[in-house]
Amino acid sequence: MEITSPQFKQNSRRAMQDPNLQKAMGYVRTGFIERRRIAVEGLPEFDRLRDSARDIKNHTLAHLDLYLEAYETKVRGAGGEVHYAETAADARDLILGICQRTGARTVTKGKSMVSEEIELNDHLEANGIQPIETDLGEYIIQLRGEPPSHLIAPAVHLTKEQVEADFRRVHTHLPADRDLSEPTTLLAEARAILRERFLASDVGITGANFLIAETGTSVIVTNEGNGDLSQLLPKVHIVLATIEKITPTLEDVSQILRVLARSGTGQDLSVYTTFSTGPRRPGDPDGPEEYHVVILDNGRSSMLGSDFQDMLRCIRCGACMNHCPVYQEVGGHSYGSVYAGPMGAVLTPSLAGIDKAGHLPNASTFCGRCESVCPMHIPLPKMMRHWREREFERHLSPKTVRWGLGVWAFVARHPRLYRLATKLAIGTLYKFGKLKGRFRRVPFAGGWTRHRDLPAPQGKTFHELLAERKRAA
Amino acid sequence: MTNDKEEKPRVGLFVTCLVDLFRPSVGFASIKLLEEAGCTVDIPDLQTCCGQPAYNSGDRRDTRALARKAIAAFEGFDYVVAPSGSCAGMLKLHYPELFADDPAWAERAKKFSAKVFELVSFLSDIRGVTSVPASFAGTVTYHDSCSGLRELGIREQPRTLLRSVDKLTLTELKDADLCCGFGGTFCVKYPDISNAIVERKTTEIVATGAGTLLAGDLGCLMNMAGKLKRQKSMVKSRHVAEVLAGMTDSPAIGEVG
Repeated sequence: MEITSPQFKQNSRRAMQDPNLQKAMGYVRTGFIERRRIAVEGLPEFDRLRDSARDIKNHTLAHLDLYLEAYETKVRGAGGEVHYAETAADARDLILGICQRTGARTVTKGKSMVSEEIELNDHLEANGIQPIETDLGEYIIQLRGEPPSHLIAPAVHLTKEQVEADFRRVHTHLPADRDLSEPTTLLAEARAILRERFLASDVGITGANFLIAETGTSVIVTNEGNGDLSQLLPKVHIVLATIEKITPTLEDVSQILRVLARSGTGQDLSVYTTFSTGPRRPGDPDGPEEYHVVILDNGRSSMLGSDFQDMLRCIRCGACMNHCPVYQEVGGHSYGSVYAGPMGAVLTPSLAGIDKAGHLPNASTFCGRCESVCPMHIPLPKMMRHWREREFERHLSPKTVRWGLGVWAFVARHPRLYRLATKLAIGTLYKFGKLKGRFRRVPFAGGWTRHRDLPAPQGKTFHELLAERKRAA
Repeated sequence: MTNDKEEKPRVGLFVTCLVDLFRPSVGFASIKLLEEAGCTVDIPDLQTCCGQPAYNSGDRRDTRALARKAIAAFEGFDYVVAPSGSCAGMLKLHYPELFADDPAWAERAKKFSAKVFELVSFLSDIRGVTSVPASFAGTVTYHDSCSGLRELGIREQPRTLLRSVDKLTLTELKDADLCCGFGGTFCVKYPDISNAIVERKTTEIVATGAGTLLAGDLGCLMNMAGKLKRQKSMVKSRHVAEVLAGMTDSPAIGEVG
């Protein structure tokens, strides 16, 4: 995976200076959060459902091998094929192989983060197959050659004016004087163009929100219905999903569905929840002739039994990023990987290595809002801290930070030395700051004083004053 | 009288390093509030820092060393109280986690943590304080610091006590539960992002029209006060304990005279 996470600081600086991005991110700050709040308040049992959803996933992860086998048996029984891919390259080749065997030239795609993770589009294009994204947000970023910036709203970083400009740039066969000033007109134009593509498509590729072991069913939730067309119209349907999408039963899925959309978009349920099991059966009015499921690992099985296992409960609702003060400022692309925000800060180091993704778990204030809204109770700050520990153990954190921490911790372990050192330091700081009560600049504290004043200390330390009082008494 | 004294709970005050170094008045306000609430207050001389900077930087070894010192210094008290949600959260929730796989310390850490409380919630929830005999002429707004709010469930307690302060008007801050961008070492590691977040916060603070900003954590307060001062705002910043104790004679954070 080509990631720019090491450039997180530069990426985020650019994002914070981008007026379009800042304007577009306004919806994350207000819309998503407010709609989730209303949806959650409207469901008194929401917190109990969260507990139940967490328990279902924990149980599944504890018996993942069993449920994977059961799922595979059911898919085969329904006439489908299951393929296991250990790495991203394996998954790409498997999918390309199916496309080539069936003579596919165009592929329509429902929204799939895993296909972004394995960079499937580039691979198909390089082999002469045209992939067409059919989710509106994915379609827009495909036109722009960008990765998604959000789990469920891939183009959330763009304003409607930017989308209009892209449509005019690419859809040159349409009248130049057409009205594209409203989101609905943009949607209608994309819809009309995509409709033709669906009909011409040879293979449909979708992701999966769940793979149900009980029935061998794959489930997708969408708001545009594009996923249904992607998987119903072409001759071949390929489901691309990762191992942790396995869920034991239909009942389990219906419980998790109740927290999924509420947490993400604030809907009670997404507009479409589509269940598909195997290829078209004799007598079915429609459906694909072939049904394949590609189950990808890509490092996830090594998270089982580790400090990061809880991350495998994630259902990709996006609530953590919506509520993250850092994500809200810098947007998804700053994180430099497919997965952004708090969930990305935990997952990306697992997939790409902490040596490359070290900034991500550090770029958090640990405010805990992500964990407080996570429908699966994933302890995101705790796991970001675990990554910081790995970094520290491997001496990847900056030398100056390690040195400073070491000195400070040594002094703090020796209370008498600590009293003396702080007395001297605070006394000096007070001497220079007492006239104004604050500093505009302090040597070696540029990180603080670049943007804000440093309040001066009141004078002596608390422990000095206390000792004086004791002596006086 | 002697009987009375024997029944008083013994509280060890964990001053926190920021209060020790930058704002001792918060420590003295804490002592006053705790004594008014019928406690005997002690300040163990061997205390330094709870270890949060090391903990959040991934340095577990140093954190454990500091935690062992803190536990040893405080475990003899009935209660351990800190005028900070984030330090209290560290002592209460993260210490047991630090020693979970250390048989020699796990039980000790658990016992210690059960006694730890943040100052204002201790007054309300444990000591049953519903009003304070303080007076503060002015309109204030209150920022919920993240650790206190989400780790310890502190929200209503400071508001209830503030409403009991004579002449004080409390006006709510929009998005009071949103982080101020301090985040400990975060604010110096990612100063530009921290700045963008605190700017949003100070905009909301100024919009309340309040003359004073209150919060329960000095780290967040120094961040917000530092930004307000850089923006030449007239809004003053104080730790909530100073107002509740009626000890607002000292200049506000970052001010003189």
